[in-house]
Amino acid sequence: MGVSPLRGNDKTEYLPCGEEEHRVTSPSKGEARRGRGFYDGWYYSGLIMKLYFTLNGKKTTLDVAPDRRVIDVLREDCGLTGTKEGCGAGECGACTILVDGESRLSCLMLAAQLAGRQITTIEGMAGKDRPHPLQDAFIQHGAVQCGFCTPGMILSASALLSRNPRPTRADIRAGLSGNLCRCTGYQKIVDAVEAAVRREEESA
Amino acid sequence: MNPYIPEIGKPVPRADGAAKAAGAEKYAVDHYGENLLWAGVRRAGVAHGRIRCVDTAAALQISGVIAVLTGRDVPGTNRQGIVHKDQPVLADEKVRHRGDAVALVVAEDRATLKKALSLIRVEIDPLPGVFTVDDALRPDAPLVHDEHPQGNILLKATIQAGGAQAALEGCDIFIEETFHVPAISHAFIETENGVAWQEEDGKIVLVVSTQAPFRDKWEISHALGLPMDRLRIIGPYLGGAFGGKDGATVQCLLVLAALHTGGRRVKMWWDREESFVAGYKRHAVRLQYRLGARSDGTLQALHCRLYYDTGAYAHLGGEVMALGMEHAGGPYRIPDTLIEGWCIYTNNPIAGAMRGFGVAQVSFAFEGMMDLLAGKLGIDPLELRLKNALRRGDRNTAGVTMTQSTGVLDCLAAVQNHPRWQERKAWKKAAGPFRRRGVGIAAVFNAMGYGRGLPDSALAKVELTKEGRIRIYSGVSDMGQGNATAFVQIAGQILCQEHTAIELVQPDTERTLPSGSAAASRTTYTYGNALIRACEELRRRLTGRTALILLSDTLDDLELLPGRVKNLMSGREIPLTALAAMMTPEDRVCISQFIMPVVRDKLDTGKEFVIGFPHLLFSYAAHLVCIEVDELTGAINVEAYLAATEAGRVLNPQAFEQQVHGAIAQGIGYALSEEVLMQEGRIVNPDFATYIIPGALDIPEMVSLAVETYEPTGPYGMKGVGEVGMNGPLPAIAGALADACGVHMTRSPLTAERVLAALSTPPPP
Repeated sequence: MGVSPLRGNDKTEYLPCGEEEHRVTSPSKGEARRGRGFYDGWYYSGLIMKLYFTLNGKKTTLDVAPDRRVIDVLREDCGLTGTKEGCGAGECGACTILVDGESRLSCLMLAAQLAGRQITTIEGMAGKDRPHPLQDAFIQHGAVQCGFCTPGMILSASALLSRNPRPTRADIRAGLSGNLCRCTGYQKIVDAVEAAVRREEESA
Repeated sequence: MNPYIPEIGKPVPRADGAAKAAGAEKYAVDHYGENLLWAGVRRAGVAHGRIRCVDTAAALQISGVIAVLTGRDVPGTNRQGIVHKDQPVLADEKVRHRGDAVALVVAEDRATLKKALSLIRVEIDPLPGVFTVDDALRPDAPLVHDEHPQGNILLKATIQAGGAQAALEGCDIFIEETFHVPAISHAFIETENGVAWQEEDGKIVLVVSTQAPFRDKWEISHALGLPMDRLRIIGPYLGGAFGGKDGATVQCLLVLAALHTGGRRVKMWWDREESFVAGYKRHAVRLQYRLGARSDGTLQALHCRLYYDTGAYAHLGGEVMALGMEHAGGPYRIPDTLIEGWCIYTNNPIAGAMRGFGVAQVSFAFEGMMDLLAGKLGIDPLELRLKNALRRGDRNTAGVTMTQSTGVLDCLAAVQNHPRWQERKAWKKAAGPFRRRGVGIAAVFNAMGYGRGLPDSALAKVELTKEGRIRIYSGVSDMGQGNATAFVQIAGQILCQEHTAIELVQPDTERTLPSGSAAASRTTYTYGNALIRACEELRRRLTGRTALILLSDTLDDLELLPGRVKNLMSGREIPLTALAAMMTPEDRVCISQFIMPVVRDKLDTGKEFVIGFPHLLFSYAAHLVCIEVDELTGAINVEAYLAATEAGRVLNPQAFEQQVHGAIAQGIGYALSEEVLMQEGRIVNPDFATYIIPGALDIPEMVSLAVETYEPTGPYGMKGVGEVGMNGPLPAIAGALADACGVHMTRSPLTAERVLAALSTPPPP
């Protein structure tokens, strides 16, 4: 396909996208079976929706209340705790995921918005035996300190590179300006993204 | 990545980098568990008042509510705190700030929790509140703590060296100024959280985002009346902390909750607003300075009065003020000083530890005074600092003799020699229309360690595992500062093992040993020193036991190599796996303790400080900043930043630079935008849309110069570098603004609004 692992959201190169169906059952079902039925209020109204979407390259079916936040669904139902929450209000970018290749804030999305989408979280970025070039660059160039903003930062950087494969440092700063980091002062993050671009160009 | 030996001095990537970049690292907040319950807190919402009733009946009636607890349900003293135990876990009689916890709810899910919290009826008879230090100090002021013997004064203290008052009168030149700095928020991205449960034997396990797991255990035990051996605290990597997780946040609440859940796991996770409302802050301080000098610029005398607003509870307020007072005169020689401090209770949110612990505040004032003095004397501000900078052997402004590495002069020289300083005049001239450019500098320092009165101790433990790997048991948290990586380097260096063969255990009160808090720029220094000794002992054992197997009559020929010990003469090797199989479990573990050295001077001042005064070791920095001011809006744009930092030897250039960069960025936020705005104790900007921390576009390209010295007491000659960089940006930027526009701002942050107002105010006649 010639899709760049830096730019594309096409994970077919290294994430076997599946024959096998990845089924996630929300905890509410278990609760309900035990006769409790507490599920952020939704069990009572019986509003459980069956969602079909692709999660990190795997076809996924999910029984879920459609108005739960995507970040909670990812972290609690799917066990993908790499997606972090820092503010719950769309201000910090820690919960950034890719929706059809574009960066979106999972704390501002509701579960129903997953339907039919290609979702990439930080857990879906790496290749089979090696980290994604952006992940590798973050590690090598000291872009990770406490690391809590790192997943969102990497996904935003990936979305930036798919829009603009040869960004300047100023472009990188602008592209990451929606992601807050309290540890690094951003410089090494910019270095890392630049390095990933350079590596991509050299290998092209 | 190919395996490598993580040696000292190399830019070794973080030990935790790969797991964090993969999203695989489990922070406290990533712990959930089967059958999880959620806990939350109903907060007072009233800044000062007497609790009439907390009616939990309606909340208890909702199905799915497991427990609703109030102050009456807290076993033990119901008082948490580090030095002074004055903060209730759940308020019992009074509330003292809006964020006080009045009830704790445990519920099946978050929606039920939220509903139950809203159904608790809290009746509080409001009392008049005190919201400024002046209000709190009035003779008729309402008392925040009725029983506190000094009224609203948590601590009044004095540091005196020589006779400042008399000396000030004899000075050629004398200047006076008052500075104000606001409360700010740590704004770590991972908010306060944890998960707790009770095991079958009654033990309570708490996984929590904390800087001080071992002290937490003691604090919980005291507040809840639980024996220490019933508590196990696990402290994973933190998603930032900066001082804000040094002391109890969710700890006592979660353990209390876990006492009521029949073994089910219970999770508490403050949202951003709750983190603002209930979390700790950097102290707001008023700083009144009087500085005297000779006409040639030699500093002679300093008198300052510092008023720290510590909020509703003591937390570390007295200790923060002590450190601020110890640094109040800057990294300079001033023979006569009188430094007075008042740490004041108010009904504002609780102030406590934050990177640059009291020092970031005074740095604004003492460097502001240096710029004012330089202006008045017509001396170059850098020359003035060079002239007065502390050298080894001098006494600092607290009267302590500088016996250890003292590199502020070298830092200033590095800035002086840099093109940014040399070419500043041309750069300033090139400003565009309606723009003014300025260059500012600051010389700062920051003490390391706890200081006198409290052993700054660490207990390092290192093991050769059964599998022949090296495992380090770190008892001191890594909140992002990178001490864990330094530990891997130390083990790698001494034991000559590859990074893939070295494991790290993060703090766990049952697996690791007490090593103090992740605070005071001390983690790598103190634990590192202990770890060197533990690793050296392990190396002796590994070669010693190999000698038994290889029948060597001397250890001289035995060398540790990756995965094996080799007799260099015979070429015979023993793999570490074989060695591990032969050694007993006890023989495979080495433990060593290190206690930081303390000041030898016997000072006859600062007697009010129970702990934390004075300090032996300091790191130093000189900062230079280039700013551009928009004359039309007052907005300051930081164009370039240079920091020369002396923190002994650099163990890891990448990690060193990370600390410098991060501190500068936080300092720029402190200088330009960050301020917790309060109205009668209510925070009006409790979110990232209104409380502005710097983003990627707000921070310039930074240059970090390491000015290396050798600190003989440090591991491989290092000193802590975590905090010192925080102290430079505010004074440097204020100095640059003065350089650009001739206005000396004494109130931070230097927002566009304030700068514009200052620019349009005609100078006094």
